[in-house]
Formats: sequence, structure tokens, C-alpha cells
Amino acid sequence: MLRYILKRLLIMCITLWIIVTLTFVLMISIPGSPFNSDQSSNETVQANLEKFYNLDEPYYIQYFQYIKSVILFDFGPSIKQPNQTVNDLLGRGFPISFELGLITIIVAVISGIILGVIAALRHNGFVDYLAMGVAVFGISIPNFILATLLIQQLAVNAEWFPVATWSSPKHMVLPVLALATGPMAIIARLTRSTMLEVLTQDYIKMARAKGLSPWKIIFKHALRNALMPVVTIMGTLLAGILTGTFVIEQIFAIPGMGKYFVESINHRDYPVIMGTTVFYSVFLIMMLFLVDIAYGILDPRIKVHQKEGE
Amino acid sequence: MTNILEVEDLHVTFSTYGGTVKAVRGVTFSLKQGETLAIVGESGCGKSVTSNAIMRLIPNPPGKIDKGSIRFKGKDLMHETEKKMRSIRGVDISMIFQDPMTALNPTLTIGSQLMEGLREHHKVSPDKAKRKAIEMMELVGISNPAERLKQYPHQFSGGMRQRIVIAMALICEPELLIADEPTTALDVTIQAQILELFEKIQKVTGVSIILITHDLGVVANIADRIAVMYAGKIIEMGEKRDIFYRPQHPYTKGLLKSVPRLDLDGEKLTPIDGTPPDLFSPPKGCSFYARCPFAMKVCNKVYPVQTNITDSHHVACWLQDERAKQLQATLPIK
Repeated sequence: MLRYILKRLLIMCITLWIIVTLTFVLMISIPGSPFNSDQSSNETVQANLEKFYNLDEPYYIQYFQYIKSVILFDFGPSIKQPNQTVNDLLGRGFPISFELGLITIIVAVISGIILGVIAALRHNGFVDYLAMGVAVFGISIPNFILATLLIQQLAVNAEWFPVATWSSPKHMVLPVLALATGPMAIIARLTRSTMLEVLTQDYIKMARAKGLSPWKIIFKHALRNALMPVVTIMGTLLAGILTGTFVIEQIFAIPGMGKYFVESINHRDYPVIMGTTVFYSVFLIMMLFLVDIAYGILDPRIKVHQKEGE
Repeated sequence: MTNILEVEDLHVTFSTYGGTVKAVRGVTFSLKQGETLAIVGESGCGKSVTSNAIMRLIPNPPGKIDKGSIRFKGKDLMHETEKKMRSIRGVDISMIFQDPMTALNPTLTIGSQLMEGLREHHKVSPDKAKRKAIEMMELVGISNPAERLKQYPHQFSGGMRQRIVIAMALICEPELLIADEPTTALDVTIQAQILELFEKIQKVTGVSIILITHDLGVVANIADRIAVMYAGKIIEMGEKRDIFYRPQHPYTKGLLKSVPRLDLDGEKLTPIDGTPPDLFSPPKGCSFYARCPFAMKVCNKVYPVQTNITDSHHVACWLQDERAKQLQATLPIK
């Protein structure tokens, strides 16, 4: 197991290196510089600024400086907000984004599974059609449209929830709803189809022949097996929710990381671009790693470290 | 000896898009304490449906027990509530399924699956359940049981898994065990071991067994009585010797002729031509009419009455009728 984790860590480092390199290449290939829009500065000032941020160095030097900053996880000050370091921005934005993402995932997974299980148990009944109708709606509608609809109907017209920002639980309802509906729908559909398949398995018949109660059969024997595919797509869903937060944070004016991520690209704020990209990448890679570990725990047939010859 | 199970005039149908399948059409049999009854027949003849009906495990919809009675130790199972049936399943009547590779839940340990029935019904302590599980594992011949309880199904071979399934079915000490094709998915050497295990278990626990199979070779060893099913009906039933040495129904004879035998050298195997009738609209007369080499006009029109050859040997065939006896000597009509 330890060897497996070490191997995975090595692969993560390589992945991260590729991401950093690609980000760097993309960054320098976008025309413009952080100081172009600054009308007041003359050429001397610009040259001095570039020198201060090492932007006058050849690209390979800059590249190695970025690599160094990634390794030390210190990206220095932001160019646009020189009084703040990139780490300050991340430290302020990330907890909020994380909170939004975490609540979204919990809501999506729990409601998706419940919806899927109910639909499977009431197969081809009214409840099934209703649940799957909701699911198709959830998959089809983009979250930014859902978000604006929710604001219009539930915040502006009905005045049940605040329109924007992020402070009390009441503020969280609409953004979480907008962000969670899509993943919830995917999980519900997947849970339903795998649950239907699992319920026809012999071990379910066997469990019934043992005289177990229906609840025990569903939760102990069926659901665990039905959740395997859900765990598999969790990785992709996580990525989707992460990028979804950029948009949702913009719409609801939530001061999370998404704002810095988007703004930094518009402003060519190189340290912030690199910092947020690296941070998101590390986070996502770690999550995917955890999903793989969870897979091995849920299904004993899958040994994540089998190839190491234990 | 008293009858532990009495099934009378059992009818089971399944509603499908194509119509109603009459899977079991009036099955009657009984089982004595400590006896092994084999139900033999080809695929789709209703043997598994019969056994599921006894457990009341016919999924409804689409399945439905239309009429008939099932009495277990005098108790009517047909009208028990689902809750009462749950307390009977696994405790009084247990079931073993065909494929041991799929009958065990891959994500749970053997131990937890073995013990859950015991814990559900008898509310015993984990310790006591574990001791009982180890005892059962020893009974079915699994070495090092305490260690193996912690393992998962994929760490066992097919034969071992079937042993575990048997242990699981027997852990609450049921009085009736229904084994639905218990050896079909196993290879031949393992089949013999499992059949021996059944005999041993019956000696130790005194359990009555209903053995469902399409393999007459399996039956020859361990059955006391044999019921031959065809198209949802029992067409012949008798002691093992009756069926093997004095078969009366042309279908039973055909089945026996299609089994390879070691003692008859050079004898050709004779298949039964044709296919079983469509159970959406089963024939009015004898369901074997279309394939029967001795078919008479009456066979197509009226279902044959049951003839009792001896007290225990029954057959439903018009050839048993006095008026047909003379025909048997002549050539088959078809």
C-alpha cells in the first residue's frame, strides 16, 4: 500500500509538472502584458516594473523561476494587487470555494442516491418517471441558466432567499441548488440503472431467501454494489463542480477563488494564474486519488496496489 | 412418517407483454420428513418456478400464484403475510441457487453473509453467531474456517463457494432445503463432492431436500423419489427405482434414453425430437402430444387422467388406459 501511494505521488508530480509547463506556455503565448492597460506609465516605468517581476528575463529563466515557486508553493505578490501575495488571495478565497463545493457535493450525492434508489424500487411507476423527469431536467439545464432562474423566481419574485453573496446558510441555498442539480441528476440516473441491475442478481435473491428485511437487502446488499459506478464518476463530477464554482461564484458574487482565477487571466496577472492553476490541479489530483482509494475500500475485489505484487 | 410439505394443484402464471405465461399448471406433490425428492425436467418446464412458489419468492408483478395450496408442516403458506414468510424463509425453509459464483455478494465477507441470517432471525450475540458459522463451515468441509470467515467470495473457488452457500442455507437449521440446480454450474468432480455433501448433511441434520435438476445422473445418486415435470405439470412421479427401471411415460423413457450410460456399450443416444409447447397457450390435451412417438387422437383433445401404477408410482398418460394397451404392441402412429 505504501509503495502504491509513493508511486501515485510520483505520478502526481509528473502530472503537475505537465500542467505547470502547459500553463506557462499558454501564459506567455497570450498577447499583452500586465502593464499594457496601464495608461499612466511610460516606457521606463514599464521596463522597471518588468525588471521587478523578472519579466525581462529570457523565457527559460522565467520558467525555472515558476517551477521554483511551485515547489516552494510561494508565488510572490500579485501584480495587480501588489500589497497582497498570491497565497493571501488563495487563503482568503479557497475556504469559501471549498465550502460551496463541499456542500454541493454532499447535497448532490445524498439526494442523487436517494432519488435513484427510489426510482429503482418503484421501477416504471409514477415515482420513477417523476424522478427521472427531474433528472433529465437537471442534466439538460446549464447551471448558469438555472442560477439566474432561481434568482429571478426565488430571490427577486418570491423573496425567500437573498439574491447574492455568501454569509448565512440562507445565502447558501440558491448557489448550492444551482450547482448541485446537474451532478445530482447524473448520480440519480446512474444509481437507478445500476440498482436495477443489482436487484436482479442472485445474491439479492439469496438474501431474500434468507428472510432478510427489505431494508437490509437494499442497504446492505444492493446499494453498496450499486454505488461502485457512482464512485467511478465522482472524479469527473468533482472536476465539473470545481469549474462550475467559477461561474456560480460570479453570478452570486461569492468571494471565492473563482473570481481570482478568471480575473487573473484577464489581467495577465502571471503569479496569480500560476498559483490558482497549481492549487486547483493539486486539489483535483488529490481528490481523484482519494476516489481511487475509496474504490478499493468499497469493493474488496479491487486491490489498488495489486500490481506491486504483495 | 409425516408429510413435511404438501403442494396441491399449484398454478403460477406470469404476465408479460406477449400475454400470460402459464408456467406451472396444477402441480401436486408431497414430501416426507428426511426425504429427498428430485424434480426433473428440461429448461422452462416450471421446476424453478415451483420451488420459488413454495418460498413465496415469485416476483409479483409479473408473477402470480393463481391457485393451489402449499402446506408446510400443516401450516398454509399461501395466505401467510409477507412478514410471517420472512420468518419462515431461511429458518424453516432454505434455498440454494444454481450459480455459486453469483449467489454470494462480492462486497461482503463470507462471515458476515453466513451470520446475517442467524442474527436476523435468532438475535444471537456476535460471538455465538461466529461459533455457529465456524461450526457450519466445518460441516461443509472448509478447512481453517475461523480465518476464512474474514475472506471475500472472490477468494474462493466455485466448489468452495457452493459449500459456503450450503452452509448459509443450513445455518438456521431449516427442516426443508430446496436446492435449485445446485451442481449445474460446477465441474464434474466437484459435482460429485457436493452431492456427497448433501447426503452427509441429510444424515447429520435430518433435513428434507427438494432437489431441482435437469440431470438424471445427479438424481440417480441421492434422490428417494423423482417427479418428472413437463410443460408446467408433473407427468410421472415415483420411487427412484420405479422411474429408472419401470418408466411409464414416453417422455420419461425419452429422458432416460438421452442419458449416456457406461454399462450399455455402443448404444446410441436418442434425443427427443421437437421442442416443448408454447406456454402462452398450452395445449388442451397432453402437452407432450406433439413430440410423442405413441401419440393418439385422444392425447390432443383431453388431458390424461392420472394412473396409479403402484401406491407411490403415478403417471399421467393415455397409454395406461385399458383401451390403449393393445396399441402399444403395434408401431407408433407418428
